Amino acid sequence: MTAPLRWRVARLVQRRVETPTAQTLVLEVPDWPGHLPGQHVDVRLTAEDGYQAARSYSLAAPVADGPGGARIELTVQRVPDGEVSPYLIDVYPEGEPVEVRGPVGGWFVWRPEEIAPVLLVGGGSGVVPLMAMVRARRAAGSRAPFRLLYSVRTPADVLYADELRRRARDDFGLDVAYVYTREAPEGWRGEPHRIGLADVNSHGWPPDLEPLCYVCGPTGFVETVADLLVGLGHQTRRVKTERFGPTG
Amino acid sequence: MGIVSPGFQGRPRSAEPALPPGQYLTEDFPVLSAGPTPKVPLETWEFVISTETDAEFRWSWDELMALPQETPTMDIHCVTRWSKRDTDWQGVSLDVLLDGIDTAAHYAQAHSYGGYTTNLPLADLRGGRAWVAHTYDGGPLPAEHGGPARLLVPHLYFWKSAKWVRGIRLTTTDQPGFWETAGYHDYGDPWREQRYQGD
Repeated sequence: MTAPLRWRVARLVQRRVETPTAQTLVLEVPDWPGHLPGQHVDVRLTAEDGYQAARSYSLAAPVADGPGGARIELTVQRVPDGEVSPYLIDVYPEGEPVEVRGPVGGWFVWRPEEIAPVLLVGGGSGVVPLMAMVRARRAAGSRAPFRLLYSVRTPADVLYADELRRRARDDFGLDVAYVYTREAPEGWRGEPHRIGLADVNSHGWPPDLEPLCYVCGPTGFVETVADLLVGLGHQTRRVKTERFGPTG
Repeated sequence: MGIVSPGFQGRPRSAEPALPPGQYLTEDFPVLSAGPTPKVPLETWEFVISTETDAEFRWSWDELMALPQETPTMDIHCVTRWSKRDTDWQGVSLDVLLDGIDTAAHYAQAHSYGGYTTNLPLADLRGGRAWVAHTYDGGPLPAEHGGPARLLVPHLYFWKSAKWVRGIRLTTTDQPGFWETAGYHDYGDPWREQRYQGD
């Protein structure tokens, strides 16, 4: 039996605007026990009267050192009418505490000692735990070949756009491809469309290379992509999925 | 009480019956699963209960449908914090399926098409609290929600309600399942907020 996961006090030290509806919160958690890319944390808010609300958020990056101790990053997508995400994005002041608990989840994780090729398929904010894997790969000096296929509504909705452009150029062995579902950038070849067989086939790995596949996004997206991968001949045990429900 | 978050109000406090701690209501039916959705044809579907002495009891789809059916309406609680009220199901009570099976086992491990497993005390499958459910909201249970049939044990967190259930092994020792070996609680009582190991 492992020790209970306890609530820890975190403080907001930095906030980065990623898109008009998503921000990355950098939290300082001095006694953070460490985590693997793909894991998530629970964040708990408490109102003056003691009312509490908690939600899960994916960790977006490996743990970092700061002057006040360990730092973790969460990317929060605003859920319309949500209870927690609008607070974290619009109200939560820098320097103030919040409670976090984790890391949680031992299945949808990538371990830097893995050498198999990796296919990451993200839909919308489902890219967040996949970005944690991309970042951890580079941080660990891993040479596992990575392909990221990122489905997003419009160019303005791309999370980590500049960093992905830079990493696609500089991180040796990382390929990044996009599917735009509503509006494609200027000069894009092809029409906006939902992800399909041709996308997964051209930007994925052949099944005989036995890649590890990680699929994260809304339920319909994950169902579609996981079915395509199995249809293409990937072993179901090597297709790991994480579905985003409403987590307002 | 936790640390107060400056300016956090939260949703209006509800006069509705309380949810388990840390849960919020949803009108949707979110999906939690770890891999691709298995597609199981009804012609070859079967449900098997095996005992600690390797005795096996099997039901085909038609045989399951011929058993007495119940229509529980239950609140369900997912460990990812959503709860859904008054979900309508149809299925066969585990009391019916376990009736007449001779066992000294104290534990059960449910196993699924696709390889998923989850464990629970055998006592939690008895007493009108657990079903093999094949119908949701008046229609066939959709595959992404566990169809053709899933275990339904709504008094525990919903990962215990194994989707695509194929059978139950009755064992004398507790055999942790898929999420239980990945850090989630062995029992998973939502009212005691047993989410993760050690809770």
